[in-house]
Amino acid sequence: MRTGLAAFTLAAALAAAPIATPALAAKDELVIGMTQFPSNWHPSMEAMMAKSYVLSMARRPFTAYDPDWRLTCLLCTELPALDKGTAEYETRADGKKGIKVTYTINPKATWGDGTPVTTEDVLFTWTVGKHPQSGYSNFDLFARDIVAIDAKDERTFTIHRDKAVCSYAEINDFEILPAHLERAVFEADPATYRNRSKYETDTTNPGLWFGPYRIAQVEPGSHVVLESNPTWWGAKPAFKRVIVKSIENTAALEANLLAGQVDMVPGETGLPLDQVLAFEKRHGSRYNVFYKPGLFFEHVELNLDNPALADLRVRRALLHAIDREAISKQLYDGRQPVAHNEISPLDRVHAPGYPTYAFDPALAGKLLDEAGWSERRAGVRHNAKGERLSLEIMTTAGNRSREVLQQVLQAQWRQAGVEVRIVNEPARVLFGDTLEKRRFKSMALFAWISAPENIPRTILHSSMIPTEGNNWAGQNYTGYRNPEMDKVLEDLEHVCEPDANRALWAKLQTLYAQDLPNLPLFFRADPFILPSWLEGVVPTGHLDSSTLWIETWKAKE
Amino acid sequence: MTRFLASRLLQALVVLLLMSFVITVLMTLMPGDPVDMMLAGNPRATPADAARLKALYGLDKPLLERYGHWLQAALTGDFGFSRLYAQPVLTILLPRLGNTLLLLGAAMALTLSVALPLGVYAARRPYGWADNAINLFCFAGISVPAFWLALLLILLFAVELQWLPASGLGPVGGESWWERLPYLVLPVASLTLASIGGYTRYVRAAMMGELRQDYVRTARAKGLEEGRVVWRHALRNATIPIVTIVALEFGALFSGALVTETMFAWPGMGKLIYDSIMGNDLNVALVALLFATLTTLAGNLLADAAYAGLDPRISFKGDGA
Repeated sequence: MRTGLAAFTLAAALAAAPIATPALAAKDELVIGMTQFPSNWHPSMEAMMAKSYVLSMARRPFTAYDPDWRLTCLLCTELPALDKGTAEYETRADGKKGIKVTYTINPKATWGDGTPVTTEDVLFTWTVGKHPQSGYSNFDLFARDIVAIDAKDERTFTIHRDKAVCSYAEINDFEILPAHLERAVFEADPATYRNRSKYETDTTNPGLWFGPYRIAQVEPGSHVVLESNPTWWGAKPAFKRVIVKSIENTAALEANLLAGQVDMVPGETGLPLDQVLAFEKRHGSRYNVFYKPGLFFEHVELNLDNPALADLRVRRALLHAIDREAISKQLYDGRQPVAHNEISPLDRVHAPGYPTYAFDPALAGKLLDEAGWSERRAGVRHNAKGERLSLEIMTTAGNRSREVLQQVLQAQWRQAGVEVRIVNEPARVLFGDTLEKRRFKSMALFAWISAPENIPRTILHSSMIPTEGNNWAGQNYTGYRNPEMDKVLEDLEHVCEPDANRALWAKLQTLYAQDLPNLPLFFRADPFILPSWLEGVVPTGHLDSSTLWIETWKAKE
Repeated sequence: MTRFLASRLLQALVVLLLMSFVITVLMTLMPGDPVDMMLAGNPRATPADAARLKALYGLDKPLLERYGHWLQAALTGDFGFSRLYAQPVLTILLPRLGNTLLLLGAAMALTLSVALPLGVYAARRPYGWADNAINLFCFAGISVPAFWLALLLILLFAVELQWLPASGLGPVGGESWWERLPYLVLPVASLTLASIGGYTRYVRAAMMGELRQDYVRTARAKGLEEGRVVWRHALRNATIPIVTIVALEFGALFSGALVTETMFAWPGMGKLIYDSIMGNDLNVALVALLFATLTTLAGNLLADAAYAGLDPRISFKGDGA
């Protein structure tokens, strides 16, 4: 309500108001406004989009997905590959098939204090990551996936992985640490390292950073200043200084943009789509506004333990009963594409040809009739036992975009004779308890985020259904079980021959579309607002931030 | 006086002790413990990982034991580390406390310096045009939502007129108070405009009551000049209820103003407390809330002391009953 009134005020007040020209003067400085502020600075403690966005200017991972969603080397010189001999299957001591992959660190790479980035840093990072007391949240990569690392020389090392996975070349989360600065801190007491790391106690130390920029000043909760890094080995960035300001209230962030105190708002952690659509209508001519559909998969999670939803006919009817194309057009100005499957059409592994569910109220009614929900009383369908077809839909309270969508869905399902009650919870409760412990009664509206070519094992494999027995691990909140899907998910990890792998991806998408363990809605679009004088910003649409390529950003001549 | 202070100090310690326990229990009862939240984004985490991290953060121990450890350390001045910010709690808290004190202290000083004369003026001319105009202004201030007022101020002074910065603590690299002053204007104005109304109404009501008292009539009959009657005699007595309200607001000086801080991107205590509760950062939430409790208690103690100064009939001595 507050946000709504604020947005209305902003729209009303600025509809005809003369707007300040965005800052054109200081083109050696770029001011970015976003809605979050990184709570800490260690690259491997607590993943957070705002932190990833800022650190991508000051660090580089070994590998990342580029804006075309292809894996690329950033800190290494070349992606390891079986045909090049830099990746090789091996038999592990326990007789299982593993793989060893060899990387070479870019020979010019140095930390901000001039110390070369070497395999000593790699080995130290692995030591920290696999230490049970280091507090790493991606402990599994360091302690389980990687079974050994051999340093060939100062720049070349070989990683031995426990499984011969097809994605063997990807080590996006292996965030290298400077051994010359962090080793003493870590070895003094691994259990408290997370609090004593120089990333937290000496954040502006140049030796911690090795990107085009380094962190020069941090005003907690307010802003962070990045200055160009003189030891950066790549293309020289155009801006001497980048300031990232945190303005959590989106109406205030928009006002800052219009006042010229912020140059751009990135899609990664900026303004919501509906606000940007309204902004574009009023001020689009002054800014470069664009939308990048990505890997945020907005969907309705179903609890398949609910007797009504356990019936595939009901699930299909629910999807036929909603007009997603019209919703996309009306609510998102067509910027947010309809999702027909979990795999984005932009993903290399997308395989069209699976069943889709167009808006067809007649067919929805027929399917519900067949499922036994044929008698309408006061507009609501009942079955032979006299039970109402009544469901609950939950989402994150306060998320205006989702709340509006929820109401539209509720109205369209009502037309089909399905009563849907809205029961929302704060994000913390919904994700921290209700979903994790599968306490939602029937439906929950939220988004999954994944990486390109990500195998959705944790969401669709039957072993990933959270239970008390497995300490509520896994994200198969729907309780979906299909042995055929389990097999496909398992095979996808190690059947790497291109044709066979492609066939498995196609089968996964077909099984998903046939079974409908959840209802696909949209692929969320990240809206970017850039000043018209800025060029070179290429959004990625996935978790690897656009700032990984910030050295290509520049002011137009 | 010493006995009174000792008694109040003892009461404060008991309240703080109880509050620390209640906050710990309530934070623990909230859904999603820190490790669950940390692992929510990592589907490959196993139950063993959850157990390892819970042990690392001491969350595997019973509540009473965890509270006992915290209390023992707190008594030696060690308030622990923030789980979210990976920093000692006081390192996180003190700068934000300074920001909040500056913002809310300035707003309260400005509010009182405007509300007192305005309330007195309105009370001396009740139901006249000036009183009606002041009342209208007061009710407008009370009625306008803080976030909306903040947004209007930003739109007018930062976007349209470009006289003042829209948000932030100060210019990047600007450390002097002179450079930072413009950044304080809009948030202080926003808070002041929202609270002047309430204080003016309190002052007006208290003064109207006092101005009808016999002692005021007597003073006027004795020929005492009107300014002295109003400002020295009536206002002094009218101040007692105002002091009570100011004392209750005193705690808020340290616990922040969430909406204003968020709108003006002003990193203060309100935002810190909100984020620490939502992020299940127990150490920060606990210390910040205890600090707010402590300052509320201190405010009330100061109010009691002020009563004695303002009204000679009030004494800290026992009545011998």
